[in-house]
Amino acid sequence: MAVPRLWRRIPTRYNLIGTECQTCRGLYFPPRTTCPMCRRDGRIVERKFKGTGKVITYTTIYSASAAFHRQTPYVLAIVKLDEGPQLTGQIVCDPDEAKIGMKVRPVFRKLGEDGPEGVIYYGTKFVPAAEVS
Amino acid sequence: MIGITSYGAYIPRYRIKVEEIARVWGNDPEHIKKGLLMYEKSVPDLDEDTATIAVEAARNAVYRCNIDPKEIGAIYVGSESHPYAVKPTATIVAEAIRATPELTAADFEFACKAGSAAIQTCMGEVAMGAIKYGMAIGADVSQGAPGDALEYTAAAGGAAYIIGKKNLIAEIEDTFSFTTDTPDFWRREGESYPMHGGRFTGEPAYFKHTISATKGIMKKVSTKPSDYDYVVFHQPNGKFPLRVAKTLGFSEEQIGPGLIVPRLGNTYSGSSLMGLAAILDQAKPGARILMTSFGSGAGSDAFSMTVTDGIEKIRDKAPTIAELLKNPKYIDYALYAKHKGKIAV
Repeated sequence: MAVPRLWRRIPTRYNLIGTECQTCRGLYFPPRTTCPMCRRDGRIVERKFKGTGKVITYTTIYSASAAFHRQTPYVLAIVKLDEGPQLTGQIVCDPDEAKIGMKVRPVFRKLGEDGPEGVIYYGTKFVPAAEVS
Repeated sequence: MIGITSYGAYIPRYRIKVEEIARVWGNDPEHIKKGLLMYEKSVPDLDEDTATIAVEAARNAVYRCNIDPKEIGAIYVGSESHPYAVKPTATIVAEAIRATPELTAADFEFACKAGSAAIQTCMGEVAMGAIKYGMAIGADVSQGAPGDALEYTAAAGGAAYIIGKKNLIAEIEDTFSFTTDTPDFWRREGESYPMHGGRFTGEPAYFKHTISATKGIMKKVSTKPSDYDYVVFHQPNGKFPLRVAKTLGFSEEQIGPGLIVPRLGNTYSGSSLMGLAAILDQAKPGARILMTSFGSGAGSDAFSMTVTDGIEKIRDKAPTIAELLKNPKYIDYALYAKHKGKIAV
């Protein structure tokens, strides 16, 4: 990933900063610059999401790309945040622990890196909400 | 008065037992358990490093006191395992707790005492009025070479402290440091694993510096061991801090609550700070605490502090050390080697 692209995504990835349209109260993650409902009447502002939510659906990855092969098997899920928006993210748990409807909370983890000499990407993953920390 | 406004800690969930490491290298586990007073140690997940641990500890410190992170004017992260050789961990923490952009940040390195050096720096900046709050973190995913004695102790974890003048949970009466150039622990640039002086790490390094700094702070604030309710020393294993306590006249009751190394391992820059966190998890207002760190053979920082009424209000707002140590996931040496990147593929 190009460094500027990574850098622009830091607020989104570290703290789940999305957007809210003050006209229709629509909530968006990832952030949008224009409200798809209100168009030019939309008033978009920054909105931080708590990161707690529940698993809508998930899959277990056994065959991953080179960047993720050391982590297999891992759980990739669509998480519906408590505020409403849905996003794709990794659930840090054993595959047999994952359940549809399971409550999750955010954790700060390493998402990847551009090889041993490149930048490291950090951001949000999820764990089952019952876990301490 | 300057002191601690909040604290937070983080410990990864994975553990490896002494028996499992001893099985691989043909050592006698009972001899190691008895010799080091160590039973198991924490291991980071595949996607955890010093930065992620520092962020989780920092977030717990912020949750616990509910201050606006924008009021934190300095963040310093002490570690011997920063993920980048050049590029600060502290800026990652600052961004992740939303303290940016009006603050200063830097990484500290002094083996196991970089976190306590960060506390002293924050104290200085708060004292001069340059900042309202400063955050000092000690975090590590420490490495021991395969087969080295360090493998039994080198663990992962971290603790964060918010230093300020307001909303204190503990007042720091003073700090005292003792430093020499004693090369008992080092890692050269580009090397994966640290080297150490073996038996040389005892008397001229750990004991000399820890004891001298502890005596120094007690002389500076005119106290004696019996004036303290709790004491915590750097914990490279379970045995060394107990011997320092005995030498100086501290009881097992004073050192016990902060001695968390037997089931956690040595979290290096986090070590004494994690022990202090375990004490703050249970100390009553008015309790006096003495903490002495130690790093790299060459230095110790000692602090004398008194817990305030404020502790009761914030203690339960973030996980305690005991809670973080619960529900471990035990792994074997092969998975441990994978988690620690010891297998080159």
